Amino acid sequence: MSNTRKRVYGYLAEFKSASALYKAAAKVRDAGFRKWDCYTPYPVHGLDDAMGLKRSILPWFVFFGGITGCATGFALAYTTQVVIYPTVVQAKPTNIFTIPAFFPVLFELTILFSAFTVLFGLLGLIQLPRLNHPLFASKQFHRATDDGFFIAIEARDAKFSPEGTRDLLAEIGGDNIELVEEEEN
Amino acid sequence: MAATTDTAQHNESGVTLPVLKREKLILNDRSYHWITDRICGIVENKQPFLWWLMFIPASLIALIGVGGGLFHLVSTGVGVWGNTNRVMWGWPIVNFVFWIGIGHAGTLISAILFLTRQNWRTSINRAAEAMTIFAVMCAGIFPAFHVGRVWFAWFLAPIPNANGIWQNFKSPLLWDVFAVSTYFTVSLIFWFLGMVPDLATIRDRCKPGIRKVLYGIFALGWRGGNRQWSHYEMAYLLLAALATPLVLSVHSVVSFDFATSVVPGWHTTIFPPYFVAGAIFGGFAMVLTIMIPARFIYGLQDLITMKHIDNMGKIILLTGTIVGYAYLMELFVAFYSGAIYEMDAFKFRIAGPYWWAYAMMMSCNVLSPQIFWFKACRENLWIVMIVCMCVNVGMWFERFVIIVTTLARMWLPGDWKTFSPSGQDQMLFVGTIGMFLALFLLFLRFLPCINIAEVKWTKLESDPHFDDNEAQPDAGAENIAAYQKETATDKI
Repeated sequence: MSNTRKRVYGYLAEFKSASALYKAAAKVRDAGFRKWDCYTPYPVHGLDDAMGLKRSILPWFVFFGGITGCATGFALAYTTQVVIYPTVVQAKPTNIFTIPAFFPVLFELTILFSAFTVLFGLLGLIQLPRLNHPLFASKQFHRATDDGFFIAIEARDAKFSPEGTRDLLAEIGGDNIELVEEEEN
Repeated sequence: MAATTDTAQHNESGVTLPVLKREKLILNDRSYHWITDRICGIVENKQPFLWWLMFIPASLIALIGVGGGLFHLVSTGVGVWGNTNRVMWGWPIVNFVFWIGIGHAGTLISAILFLTRQNWRTSINRAAEAMTIFAVMCAGIFPAFHVGRVWFAWFLAPIPNANGIWQNFKSPLLWDVFAVSTYFTVSLIFWFLGMVPDLATIRDRCKPGIRKVLYGIFALGWRGGNRQWSHYEMAYLLLAALATPLVLSVHSVVSFDFATSVVPGWHTTIFPPYFVAGAIFGGFAMVLTIMIPARFIYGLQDLITMKHIDNMGKIILLTGTIVGYAYLMELFVAFYSGAIYEMDAFKFRIAGPYWWAYAMMMSCNVLSPQIFWFKACRENLWIVMIVCMCVNVGMWFERFVIIVTTLARMWLPGDWKTFSPSGQDQMLFVGTIGMFLALFLLFLRFLPCINIAEVKWTKLESDPHFDDNEAQPDAGAENIAAYQKETATDKI
C-alpha cells in the first residue's frame, strides 16, 4: 500500500428494482449530470429516455457499410466477368446485361459487410473490448450482471461533489452507496 | 395449456367476465438470481453422468467418421465415395443440403421471431443459434471435399491466381459459396454478440483464475451500462433485420443449384420457397430433438416451458403442411405442364426403384406432423420427440429423393444408374452426426445455453412501469372496456 495512490472513480449506488432505477435515473438526469450510467442485468426499455440518451447512430454506419458491400460485390463481379475474364456460359452475355446474374453475390456481400459494420461499429460505440474498468474494483458491482440495479456517477462530471452527489443518491433511493476508487500506477 | 382463463373483476351488474391471460414464459415466479444460478450452474458444476454417456460416443463417432473418413478419402481419392458416373452429386450433396437446412431454424428463431416480437424465443434462441453454427460446420465439410482435390478448394474464393482464371459469377454454385460463407459468418457474429452479456455474467461469478480471464476476454469487458445496452440493442435489431432476408436467401440460393438446371424434376420455380419452408421445418424439429433432453437433464422446465414446446409444435405443423403443399404442387405442375419428361421424372420418384424413399419422405414430413393438430399430442413429450425424429429422417429423405432419384434418370438412357452409397459415404454422414452432437454438448458445457439477459427481460417486473398503476391519474377507475359492459348488459 506504500506507493499506490488512488483516484476516485465515482459513486456507485444500488436500487432495489428496475422501476426504482428508472425513477432515480430521471432525477439524476434532471440534476444535470453528464458522466453517469445505469447498470442493469438486462436492457431496461425506456431507460434511454429516463437518462436523456439519444437514439443510437449505429444504423448510419451500417447503411454505409451495406453500400460498401454492394459496391464491392459489383466491382468484383463486373471486373472479373466483364473486364478481365469474359466467358460465355449458359448463353449469358458478358456485358452490362449480365448484372441480374450477379444479384445473389451483391446481396450476400451487402449483408456480410453490414454485419461486420454492426459488430465493429458497436464495439467502437461502446468502447469495448477493454480488459479492465474501475467499476470492477467494487465489491458489489458483480451483481450488475446478475440481479443488481446500479447507478454510477463519475467524479469527472462537472457537477460531482463528494458530499452533494452522495446525498443526491441517498435521496433518490440508492442503497449501499460506495465510493469507487481506481488504483493508479 | 396455451391460454388460461382468469376470472375478471365483477362489474357493477355482478357478471363475471372471463379474460384471456397470457401464459407466463417463466414458471414459478423465479427470481433474477435463480435464473442466473440455474443457467450458469450448468457451466460451473460438474456435468451429469448422462452428459458423459452422450459425449464420449459422440466424439468417438466424430473422430472415426469425420477424422478417419476424411483421411481415407483424401489419401485415396474422391472415388471411394459411391458417386457414380451420373449420380455425381450423390450422398455428399444430400448431406450438405440436409445440414444446411437444419441450420436455418437457429437464425429464424433469433431473427424473424425477434422482429415479430415473439418473446418466447428468448428461452431457446441461444441453443438454436449454436445448432445453426454446428450444422453449417457439418454442411461445409461435404462440398469442400466433394470438389475432389480438397487442397484446391481455395479455387472457390475469388482471388487472383497463377492461371489467370476467375470464377463464374453467373453460376449458382458460386452463389452458394458466397451465401453459405456469409451465412456462417453472420450467424457467428449474431451468436457471439448475443452471448457477450451472458459471458460477462459467468465472468462475474468466477473465482479469479484462468477461467475468469478466458470468460473475461470473450465478454469483452461488458459492464451492462445503459449507454452500452442502448447501442447493443440497436446492433441486435440491425443484425436481426439483416439475418432475416439472409436466412431466406441462403436456402433459396441452395435451391438455385437445382432450379437453374434444365433437369426434369429440378427445373421448377417452386423450389426456393419450398426449400426455405423445408429448412425451417427440419430445423425446428432438430431444435426440439436436442432441447427436450437438455431441458430434462439440466432441470430447465421453468424456463423452457410446455408453452415453448407447444409453439414450436405449431410451427412444425405449419411448415410441414407448407412442405406437403409443395410436394403436391410439384406433382400437379408436372401433370399440368403436359411435359412427358417432367411427368416421367415424378412417376419414377413415386413408383420407381426409389419408391421407399419417396414414401418415407411423404409419411415423415407430411403425415407425421399432422398429429400436432391435437393439443394432447403437443403436450406429450414422447410424441413430440417421436414426431421430431420422424421429421429429421423425413427431411434427409426429401433431399435424397430430390437429388438421387433425379440424377439416376437424366436425359440419356445410357447414363441411367441405380445409386447406392459406399461405406465411406455412410461413415462420413454418421461421423457428422457425432460431430454435431459432440459440438453441441461442448457448447452446453462451456457456454450459457439460454439467453440469461433476455430471459430476465421477459419477467413482468422487468418493465420499469410495472408498479406504476397506483401513480396513474386513472388509478382506481373502473377497469372494464366499453364492449365488455355491453356484453354484460346483454346477459341481463
